[in-house]
Amino acid sequence: MTDTSNKPTGSASKTGPIARFLRATEIDTRLLGMVGALLAIWIGFHMYGVIFNDFGAFLTPRNLWNLSVQMCSIGIMATGMVLVIITRNIDLSVGSLVGVTGMIMGILQVEILPQYLGLGNPTIWIITAVVGILCGAIIGAFHGWLIAYRGIPAFIVTLGGLMIWRGAAFLSNNGKTISPVDATFQLLGGGPYGTVGATGSWIVGGLACAGIIWLIYAGRRNRIEHDFPLRPMWAELFVGGLGCAIVVGAVLLVNSYPWPKGIVNQWAAKNGVEVPAEGLFISHGFAIPVIILMVVGILMTILMTRTRFGRYVFAIGGNPEAAALAGINVRWMTLRIFALMGALAGLSAVVASARLNSATNALGLLDELYVIAAAVIGGTSLAGGVGTIYGAILGALVMQSLQTGMVLIGFDTAVQQIVVGSVLVVAVYLDNLYRSRSK
Amino acid sequence: MTNTQNPLVELRNIEIAFGGIKAVDDVSVDLYPGEVVGLLGHNGAGKSTLIKCLSGAYKKDAGEVLINGKSVEINNPRDARSYNIETIYQTLALADNLDAASNLFLGREIVTKSGMLDEAKMEAETRKIMARLNPNFRKFNEPVSALSGGQRQSVAIARAVYFNAKILIMDEPTAALGPHETQMVAELIQELKKQGLGIFLIDHDVHAVKQLCDRAAVMKNGQLVGVVKVDEVTEDDLLAMIILGRKPEHLAA
Repeated sequence: MTDTSNKPTGSASKTGPIARFLRATEIDTRLLGMVGALLAIWIGFHMYGVIFNDFGAFLTPRNLWNLSVQMCSIGIMATGMVLVIITRNIDLSVGSLVGVTGMIMGILQVEILPQYLGLGNPTIWIITAVVGILCGAIIGAFHGWLIAYRGIPAFIVTLGGLMIWRGAAFLSNNGKTISPVDATFQLLGGGPYGTVGATGSWIVGGLACAGIIWLIYAGRRNRIEHDFPLRPMWAELFVGGLGCAIVVGAVLLVNSYPWPKGIVNQWAAKNGVEVPAEGLFISHGFAIPVIILMVVGILMTILMTRTRFGRYVFAIGGNPEAAALAGINVRWMTLRIFALMGALAGLSAVVASARLNSATNALGLLDELYVIAAAVIGGTSLAGGVGTIYGAILGALVMQSLQTGMVLIGFDTAVQQIVVGSVLVVAVYLDNLYRSRSK
Repeated sequence: MTNTQNPLVELRNIEIAFGGIKAVDDVSVDLYPGEVVGLLGHNGAGKSTLIKCLSGAYKKDAGEVLINGKSVEINNPRDARSYNIETIYQTLALADNLDAASNLFLGREIVTKSGMLDEAKMEAETRKIMARLNPNFRKFNEPVSALSGGQRQSVAIARAVYFNAKILIMDEPTAALGPHETQMVAELIQELKKQGLGIFLIDHDVHAVKQLCDRAAVMKNGQLVGVVKVDEVTEDDLLAMIILGRKPEHLAA
């Protein structure tokens, strides 16, 4: 048979050292490109500040920490949007879902629960968050039902949802903002108190490193068991070392951003601690919403790469007819995907309203565009069948970096919009080029 | 020759209509173990539609399907698979963005004790079956969109053969293949026949049907023209059945 597929081993000697390095380590070149773009954005904004404002504000612990918190709401939803787009659908309603679930949670925790449980009851935040996520899931499931079982295009259902749920968010409290939210609930949004501190960050970092090493070890053992080709040992060590170095670097970064003086004094007064004259250095550590995003990212990655559900999502995106003929219940899958998207929008509303310490009917306004842009910049193909969770999270980080950077160097909103819009279009164009080359 | 056994499949008086037009009108065909029955007819004669109510892609409006003499209800592809009915579709029905192993096990993934996909096991099994069907196959870690027509076909065949099919439906399996690969499919059909499978072969090519099949069922405008033993008719007889819808005179009596 005319089979040329065993040639790559022969042609490897002809390729350059970089290509050989990438093949041995099995690092995704697309991922590499995205990380490169992100670093270019970061360094670019920093140098712009250094040159024109005499102060580079971007690559500071404070800015990067804030960046990590600000991207969480979009990042959480982007992981769900990946599934929606992979299955050739779209969800335009997520921003409005954040608004309406945010209002539901605001009313619940401020006006309803305290009546029965007493103000500041420690279960209030749990009940609120669970109800918010459930409401998101139910609304998402309803959208999914209309799309899958009633045959209305996803674009129309969720465009309707975009308007309906924003209106519902307004009506739920006659347009009034609810503030402040429950004190414990507020911690879910970050802020100085909503962090895990220096020690907690080291524990998180240690767990992450252990996870990386375990993944590499388990992967190698699995390949040996089935006689598959192994990565060279130096490549395994390099990938493991790089992963752990990034984790440790992130921990060092968030731990080098101290609480502001005012917060330190407030905390010291409350806890009866003497503040020495030179001040106390109390690290922020990872913000709680960042931890939430990390956990969501890991769970969604497992869902997409290790479970039947994820496999069916890709199969439906690749060829819906084939998926149906293989016995996959495409309609039921669609409903569940939209329910999951709704639940993530609910979770995102938890983080966003906690960060603002208020629930407003404008919460999440235009988020759908940023979420879709994050997923698409992260390599999710609108043609369906292709996309990754880590790509979407990186995409969210790219979007947030652009916005934060432009605010720091003083671009006004109109310019920001033009730049973000252009980046979206150019990113997708470059991605198309990359894909057609790699074929 | 095989009539001493019970039929593997009996399709009795099957009817399917789309918007008032009868795509399949009162058709009855049977299939015995170790037998290849060809389904012939023009485009739109109803042969694919008939067979899709056996593979679970369509639901019949009337009639009865019997497997091993027992009446069964086939409402979806999953039901069909549970009766060991496997189908190789004309379009191959592969998810282009997934690799060979993912396609082979699509809908029937091997999972570990914790319910996670056992990718390594599935790839190992895929390597085993492909070594038998297409020993040159190497592209195990690439999406099937990167495969040639013949390689894609072998993935689709592997999927049907791997799960111990008893009844195999092949919808124009050689339509997209070169002569060498067509020969391979012919050899595979002979081998599966020996193993006692019953095969429905949908084809346009009268010549191929004469060669590969034991009997041929000819359809025209949704109706069955007749079922004949291929040894008792000429290619011209078959063509007359397809085009004119007339049974050969020496058998018509």
